[in-house]
Amino acid sequence: MAIAEPKSNDKPIVLDDAIIEGAEKLSEEDIARVINDMIKTEGGARFKAYLNTCMSCGYCSEACHFYLSNDKEPRFAPAAKVKQTLGEFTKKKGRVSRETLMQACEIAFTECNLCRRCMMYCPFGIDIAFLMLFVRRVCHKLGVVPRYIQDTAHSHSATMNQMWVQEDEWIDTLQWQEDEAKDEFPDLRIPIEKEGADVYYSVIGPEPKFRAQLIYQAAVLMHVAKIDWTMTSSPGWDNSDMCMYTGDLEMTARLKKVHFESALRLRNKRIVMGECGHAFRSVYDVGNRFLGWKMPPIEVVHAVAFYDELLRENRIKIAQKFDRPVTFHDPCNIVRGQGLHEKARNVIRQTCETFIEMEPNREHNFCCSAGGGVINCGPPYKNKRVESNRVKADQLIAAREKGAEILIAPCHNCHGGLEDIIHHYKIDIEIKFLIDILFDCMEK
Amino acid sequence: MKSIEDWDWAPGKKIVADMNQWQSDYEAAEEPYVSPDGERIAAIVKIEEETYTVCVNGTPWERTFDKVWSLRFSPDNRAVALVSDTAEWSVAVDGATWENWFEFVWNMQFSRENGSIAVAAQNARSYFAVLDDAPWESGFPSMNNLTVSKSGKTSAAAIQTIPLKEGDIFEFQKGCFSVAVNGVAWKNTFINAWEIDINPEDRLVAAEVRHTLYDYTIAINDEVWPTSFSAVWRPRFNPVDNSVTAPVKVAGGWSLAKDGELFWNGRYSQLWHHFYSSDGKKIAAIVAPQFGKWTVAENDKAWDLRFNEVVMDPVYSPDNRHIACTGKADGKWYVALDGKAWPTPYDRVWAPVFSPGGDLVATKVEIGGKYAIAVNDKLIDIPFANAWDPVFSPDGSKLLVKGIGTGEDEGKYCRHILKTDTLPRR
Repeated sequence: MAIAEPKSNDKPIVLDDAIIEGAEKLSEEDIARVINDMIKTEGGARFKAYLNTCMSCGYCSEACHFYLSNDKEPRFAPAAKVKQTLGEFTKKKGRVSRETLMQACEIAFTECNLCRRCMMYCPFGIDIAFLMLFVRRVCHKLGVVPRYIQDTAHSHSATMNQMWVQEDEWIDTLQWQEDEAKDEFPDLRIPIEKEGADVYYSVIGPEPKFRAQLIYQAAVLMHVAKIDWTMTSSPGWDNSDMCMYTGDLEMTARLKKVHFESALRLRNKRIVMGECGHAFRSVYDVGNRFLGWKMPPIEVVHAVAFYDELLRENRIKIAQKFDRPVTFHDPCNIVRGQGLHEKARNVIRQTCETFIEMEPNREHNFCCSAGGGVINCGPPYKNKRVESNRVKADQLIAAREKGAEILIAPCHNCHGGLEDIIHHYKIDIEIKFLIDILFDCMEK
Repeated sequence: MKSIEDWDWAPGKKIVADMNQWQSDYEAAEEPYVSPDGERIAAIVKIEEETYTVCVNGTPWERTFDKVWSLRFSPDNRAVALVSDTAEWSVAVDGATWENWFEFVWNMQFSRENGSIAVAAQNARSYFAVLDDAPWESGFPSMNNLTVSKSGKTSAAAIQTIPLKEGDIFEFQKGCFSVAVNGVAWKNTFINAWEIDINPEDRLVAAEVRHTLYDYTIAINDEVWPTSFSAVWRPRFNPVDNSVTAPVKVAGGWSLAKDGELFWNGRYSQLWHHFYSSDGKKIAAIVAPQFGKWTVAENDKAWDLRFNEVVMDPVYSPDNRHIACTGKADGKWYVALDGKAWPTPYDRVWAPVFSPGGDLVATKVEIGGKYAIAVNDKLIDIPFANAWDPVFSPDGSKLLVKGIGTGEDEGKYCRHILKTDTLPRR
């Protein structure tokens, strides 16, 4: 195992054909009109305060894994990303070239994970993620968005899920997983459309598509813990939301309305979400508020908090602790987003013999570099994404050298990003969801 | 179809079924459902390994199936479920299956007037609707938002008309979706089509559509409104004059548009689920006049009442003089009538039901882990382990209350007919 080598970076190069094709349709007048309209209609006090307050002090730089992993290349500093995008937009009163727009698109979509780590180190708490999302929304309005994530947004709009899963395919998956689980637990059910159940369980699109075993494991957990639960057969089942990351907030609103209303229709007491970070951000923070709800209209519980609750209330018991040493990756959206880091550690301590902290950790942990929709921008950006997170590789390598054999990450996108990092940097560590550990260890 | 007047309205209590027996009679019995008239209770039961059927009032259907799901009662009190036999799916009505079988069926719906049954179905990756065992003649690459008309004569859905290759975003943006009515697709295509409404005479169909990534509007019988908005919600037909209204997002917030023009002057942080009085003269909607503050607005005038979490289930009284709804504030649910919340906080509350005269509002509620029926916010002293929505007799003199009892009635499903003049009043 070798310490990852530094990798130098060029200026942003547009790698996605859809960005180029989208920009080719635009005149400078089109670009200026949309930028100025956006600043006028959506560039409110928060936007202006952030832009006017930044003193370019540079404290944000050391917080950013892109900056650190690219040999401290100045253009990767969070403040510099703002300067190259919104700075250009405002300085030139919107009259920027197509090249500038395309580069802004590259920066906002593929060189910032919206992880909010830099915000913690900014003396003024400037939320760079908010500003990068503003750039993405400008790009959405101009039709200049990377192909893969735009296709995902289209899937959301057509099917209300992110993987083009048809309604019958979803229900069939639930019934298939129930059949599988009945071999092991004859009385187990995945109750569909159960009105009045205490818990409405929702997942993200990739679970029925690629990771159906997670639905199986969740069903066993609910069964053993004797939870009165249900899943919906209607399109509200997917709690994920890439539209939040393409800047199509109108579609974010539609997705969240469908999600919440499917649970409200069934009169369920609360929504328990599977292990996903960005979906939690959409349900708990962004989507609900875009609809006018200050907080979710029905209690939302992330899987990590739910596992912690089940253990604390002795609803599940640990038969035998997991005996291989584990480390833990704190997902940005549930740790900086809601502070679930200690609950996650409680679950780990109760289920695992040996826990090795990754450094830094908790709210100071580095992002996986998949988040914020970056991994959803697809293959054109895989190398840049992985090479721009050498600091994550260094974290994993250090944890591995302390003995960690298993990396727990309770987030789908983190899994994808960390898998790529493990593979690219040849780190001998195996990645698991938290429910993989619980499922192995609990009394069944 | 037996009319509500012909239901048994004789006052008293009737034990319809002993659910305790079901648990011993079968390997497993799922959660039960109750018919609107309260005379029948049914559950999916497991006979043996991979053999299921439906038990109604203690008697199983003769036929068994590999799988059964989505058991519900139709408005005319028939037990209906989606059933599978040797990997094919159909609809079973009181134990008899439709003639047609499909690769999959789901999204079962009933028409309100005659209990027609509609389902979404799929054969060979082609999607279509089936209405009372009659499949659409055409199928489509995908289908969502199946809607059946009040009369049960019309079914419509948002459909995909042009297959898409993976990642072909610019083809998608040309418009590959539309609306099909009784299996016939509109000529226009859109980027998206979503929720649908069908007018009372089954002549007109309206749908939310997006015709660019940024322009939302309403299409009626394949004609789009000339105006676009940054967002819209489900359109509704006026029940009398067939005009169409829809919540629309404009500068300053949400408002209501009629036939393509702004109709309400108010701007709301949110406005959705609008609905008409039966004479078509009044429109009400769930609104958020300020961010995070929810209420009901009638004819563009919001109630003074605010709930800080959510408002649901708004409904006009039969005489159109009152509106009741449910609302949640600080974790507790309430019933509200004409702008005033009743004082009792509940753990959960179900949709309010008006008496024919509009003077009584009955609701199923959960309080302290038990269920009950509240009338004008006063609990009827019959605790239930589970309960179903109450129903008033057409003359308003009786109330049908349905639930699984507690105490000596534990596990027993009972049907109670109560005289409304004996109910506690607030």
